[in-house]
Amino acid sequence: MRYAETGFNLEIDLSRGNIEKEQTDPRLTELHLGGLGTNAKILWDRVPPEVEPFSPDNLLIFSTGLLCGTPAVGANRTIVSTVSPQTLLMGYSMMGGFWAPELKFAGYDKVILRGKSPKLVYLWINNDKVEIRDASHLQGKGAVETTELIKRELKEPKAQVAAIGLAGENRVYMASIEQGRSSASRLGIGAVMGDKRLKAIAVRGTKDINLARPAEFIELCNEVLQYIKAREEHPVPGVMPILAGLGSPQEMRIVDEEWHTTNFMWGNARTRRRDFWNQEVEEKWREIQENVRTRLISCYNCPMKCGAIISVPGISTYMMKCFSKLTYTMAAYSDLDFGFKIAQRATEYGVDGFSTPQVMAFALELYEAGILTDKDMPGIPSDNEGRFYWLLDRIVRREGIGDVLANGTYWAAKKIGKGAEEYAHNNIKKHEQLPLKLGMLNPVYFLMYCTGEKANITQIEGQFPQSPFPTMEEREEFVKDWIQVPDEKFKQYLLKWELRGEYGNPHYPDVQASCYIVDWQEKMHYIDDALGICAGLSSFPLKPPYHIHNYPTIISAATGMDIDEAGLTEITKRNRNLLRAFNVRRGLRRADEKPPEDHWKKRYPELEEELLDAYYQFKGWNNQGIPTKETLDGLGLDYVRGDFEQRGIYNGGKKKRPGTKQASQKSKKAKAEN
Amino acid sequence: MKKVKVIKIDADKCNGCRACEAICSAFHAAPKYSSTNPERSKIRVLFDPLKDIYIPVMAGEYTEAECNGRDIYTIDGKEYDECSFCRASCPSRNLFKDPDSGLPLKCDMCEEEPPLEEPMCVQWCLSDALTYEEREEEGEEEEKPGEMEIGLESLVKKHGMKKVLDTVAQMANKS
Ligand code: SF4
Ligand code: SF4
Repeated sequence: MRYAETGFNLEIDLSRGNIEKEQTDPRLTELHLGGLGTNAKILWDRVPPEVEPFSPDNLLIFSTGLLCGTPAVGANRTIVSTVSPQTLLMGYSMMGGFWAPELKFAGYDKVILRGKSPKLVYLWINNDKVEIRDASHLQGKGAVETTELIKRELKEPKAQVAAIGLAGENRVYMASIEQGRSSASRLGIGAVMGDKRLKAIAVRGTKDINLARPAEFIELCNEVLQYIKAREEHPVPGVMPILAGLGSPQEMRIVDEEWHTTNFMWGNARTRRRDFWNQEVEEKWREIQENVRTRLISCYNCPMKCGAIISVPGISTYMMKCFSKLTYTMAAYSDLDFGFKIAQRATEYGVDGFSTPQVMAFALELYEAGILTDKDMPGIPSDNEGRFYWLLDRIVRREGIGDVLANGTYWAAKKIGKGAEEYAHNNIKKHEQLPLKLGMLNPVYFLMYCTGEKANITQIEGQFPQSPFPTMEEREEFVKDWIQVPDEKFKQYLLKWELRGEYGNPHYPDVQASCYIVDWQEKMHYIDDALGICAGLSSFPLKPPYHIHNYPTIISAATGMDIDEAGLTEITKRNRNLLRAFNVRRGLRRADEKPPEDHWKKRYPELEEELLDAYYQFKGWNNQGIPTKETLDGLGLDYVRGDFEQRGIYNGGKKKRPGTKQASQKSKKAKAEN
Repeated sequence: MKKVKVIKIDADKCNGCRACEAICSAFHAAPKYSSTNPERSKIRVLFDPLKDIYIPVMAGEYTEAECNGRDIYTIDGKEYDECSFCRASCPSRNLFKDPDSGLPLKCDMCEEEPPLEEPMCVQWCLSDALTYEEREEEGEEEEKPGEMEIGLESLVKKHGMKKVLDTVAQMANKS
């Protein structure tokens, strides 16, 4: 019997309409756990670097994590992996909600999609019955709308549906996959789904997921629950309210947004408004938020309530979580009320709430600068909010200038030329970043921004405070019950870390300490992404219930494999290096690993080189960021080493850059109503 | 005196996490906790987020025949689906039936020896949508049928005692 996992994947060839159920090799679970780990393995094996994102040979993998479907609290992540049309590297995005456990209960660990359907279809997985169904009647429909329509036509209110909207159908690089309460938004994976002409996947499952050592496992789950309870009663003092507790930043529950609104940039990641927040704003925003928020809601088997049902009078109800509350508001220099309204349309279209507002703000800057003119923007409204709606409608339809903008700021700027590149100033690896512009270089964040494989800071940071506590008293208080640290030295780093001076940024944490801190933060994300545990209960918040000391026993009790901390660390390293190897093979090198030029005002080129050198070495990579032969062999990845050698990658060889064509994709445009 | 056990349901506090379903199904697995499957749970959360409807319902009695009619409630302007608040495992709907055998499921308040402090769903509902109360009431403590008895009874009602006995005898012969 297989424990925690089902031991089966669904292999779907959309070109031929072929469906196979395939047993998986249990050895792969031992080597990679599951989720992102096994996704990376499949992508490495089956998607060579020549494959372009919109090729039928590109795979789109919907994976559960290893613990999804067990009673492990917060084990609900769906990990979607493919080649990103935007970065041309591996795109992996995750969503919470209910889809992954349902897939487990239907009897599968992953759905692996290849090929391209000749017409728009959706997949219906009902336990052993799996069918590809016509979706022509769903063309142009919103993502939330599609979900409701599919559940109704299947007469299955309990089915879980992941769907794309118009943006995905039109292969917009910011297209997301929406699943009611949650979405997998980053890196354009919705565009790949649309390219495969797959509108949605509906799942319903009524089978068992087994545990190897049930009594022990439940005992551990109870401890996690108890810890969550205690932690909720004791928010971390001295940090902003939305980050003091567990879960994703609690922006649906909490109104106080002083931190985001006065520290993050408005517009096209441009303007800091230090004095924006005041009592008047707080009162107004409280009223707005409380008026539209009907209920706080959770993902499967999690008490954190990071999401909310949002009902703005006059428009359809939708669900929201986290920072998308503010991204549109701040990009448009507008009000919270506008943010809640436009997010409804954006959710139906199925677009990433991080990148999309930035792309629109970028376009408006170009317009003001005269780089885009009335010829490019015929009929654009005169007010800012109207302009955002106008742009959004055109981007998701790839209409006029929208066709250019739909590829994100990096590719759009290249296409527009005339100095537009200067305005695409907030990217890493061609991907839009959080709108943050700061003063003093932070060495830990420098490394994370450079090397994070997902090109998204929230997917690598966490656990270690973002800035030092001002007083020794606060620091001592913080480290007192900091059981999550891998070892004592991390407490020392925090105790020593000062606001400024010798022990402040950029020289402290020093180079070595920075390597350790980044490695720990990143490691926890890799574990979560393999297990399908929400980062909000583990790698992201301060003092989470899951950590490196209890994870090995939890995994062992669930699966029956005997894993200790060292073993878990090794698996994580293997997964991490495999992901890097996939991207190296697609051309990723040191030159790509840099934060936006203006991310910090005070930069230290020499120190930055030193940091990157040291971190690469720490990771077992050469000075180009390529895993060395010894590193790969040591992790049992000798097949990767062999491939690298054959391709001459160690000899500075062949930096292949596939898919740089930026042809208009209008031909694929789906017609749609509003 | 008899002991009355009450799970109080504050539907306004329910966040739809279905932790109650997960743990209920695990607790009642044999061996205990060995498997999870919300479809076997004796509590189900009926929810429709876009209508802001969240109602945890515990499985009640098995009924052979459906009601003569069905009810649809509207509360605070929200229209609930047919039979939303009904606890019965009944032929008219696909709720509270074991997914493999089709046998009815019924909440047993997690009865066991020694007794739990609170039923499992209540313990795992950190949102306090489910809370537990016990009180004494006049009257005789009634003998409660066990899980197997409930299942057998429904089989007998459906197929008749003879058919069930014959089948059991056949199975015994085979093994
Ligand atoms: S912490 Fe929040 S986002 Fe994570 S699983 Fe729980 S409810 Fe979902
Ligand atoms: S555990 Fe509580 S909050 Fe979660 S679905 Fe059940 S009743 Fe609702």
